[in-house]
Amino acid sequence: MIEFTNYDILRNLLFATQWTIVLSFAAFIGGSSVALALTALRLTRNATVQKVVRIYVELFQGTPLLMQMFLCFFGLSMLGYEISAWGAAILSLTLFTSAFLVEIWRGCIDTLPKGQREASRCLGLSFLQTLRYIILPQAIRVATPPTVGFSVQVIKGTALASVIGFVELTKVGTMLNNATFEPFKVFTLVALIYFLLCYPLSWYSKTLEKKFNVSR
Amino acid sequence: MLYFSDLLQYSDVFFSGLMTTVLLTVLTTFLGIALGTSCAAIRQYGNKASQSVVAVYVEIIRNTPFIVQLFFIFFGLPSLGMKLSPWEASMIALTINLGAYSTEIIRAGLGSISKGQMEAAKVLGLSFCQTLTRVIFTPAFEKIYPALTSQCIIVMLGSAVISQISVEDLTYAANLVQSRNFRAFESYFVTALLYLGLSILLRFAFNTVGKRLFAYRSTQ
Repeated sequence: MIEFTNYDILRNLLFATQWTIVLSFAAFIGGSSVALALTALRLTRNATVQKVVRIYVELFQGTPLLMQMFLCFFGLSMLGYEISAWGAAILSLTLFTSAFLVEIWRGCIDTLPKGQREASRCLGLSFLQTLRYIILPQAIRVATPPTVGFSVQVIKGTALASVIGFVELTKVGTMLNNATFEPFKVFTLVALIYFLLCYPLSWYSKTLEKKFNVSR
Repeated sequence: MLYFSDLLQYSDVFFSGLMTTVLLTVLTTFLGIALGTSCAAIRQYGNKASQSVVAVYVEIIRNTPFIVQLFFIFFGLPSLGMKLSPWEASMIALTINLGAYSTEIIRAGLGSISKGQMEAAKVLGLSFCQTLTRVIFTPAFEKIYPALTSQCIIVMLGSAVISQISVEDLTYAANLVQSRNFRAFESYFVTALLYLGLSILLRFAFNTVGKRLFAYRSTQ
């Protein structure tokens, strides 16, 4: 039988942390791209498109992330689409992240006075130009603190990928727990690593928020 | 092809899972908000030392995944001599989780009440506890009610994870059914819809309760 020293436990956990980070990045990039497209769609003022986006948001905010992962992983493969745990995790986290980011960004864009949009229309800017030169520069400033804050939720969300068998920090934690029978030590370390990943982001988000409030 | 009719014979499994999720949600909502309210009061009015204890608690919970908190409580605490059933562990984990988030939300509400109210209540001879319950809490909760209730719904959705320590909730039911009849997509799809229905129902219930709780507004 292999003995696990404290060093072994920590080394394995840190190795797995890489995958948590990679998955978080992939989910965040995927999620924000989808959210960007959906936010642009929402601004078109087409009633049907807006309704579809609203249903999308409602659907993915109103169901557990775990259920979305199960549907992507077990559900899709039962329907005949081969999907790896990695693919299912990215897909479900992308859907989940985008649904929340659309809502966050909508709130940010709504804080901008509507007159600006109308004025740029009158000045002859096209829809995309309005988006690019008028709305985006201002909205990005407002949206950065809550978006950074939400990235913490994404990192925490990746922990659920352990349930469908994707080997990241939490999964390695449970595996080490089964091998060492030292749950207290293992899960304390796992929690600590998550804390070290998330706390700087939470802190940064709070600082940005303060900075933004001062300038207002 | 999809065969939703295969799920019909398991409707009692889904129903009992749904009831467990509802029961846990109701209990943890009350306990979590109670915990959050006390922690928020400490954070707002307590002394320096107790304030930082609450701050550390809130930051630890907010910056670690719920599933790790759950595993820590269920697997980790028994090695310190605290043996917990899956039910107890998930109750504690959910309450602690909601408690931390609601502390931050409720504290924002308490902070929005002008200081003059506190001073006026003191001058009128109300004790500290009376001031909180009769003067401060109602307008403070009214301000943060939407944020607080959507956090409760988020915790309800997060409770799907407790199936991993074999609490027989709705997600557990879905896993059980799909392991019996291999209708994974149908089973999880129906369960996701049940969760969606539950969250819509919860929001409706919270809105109704909110209208009653803050009815004094309309009589003014």
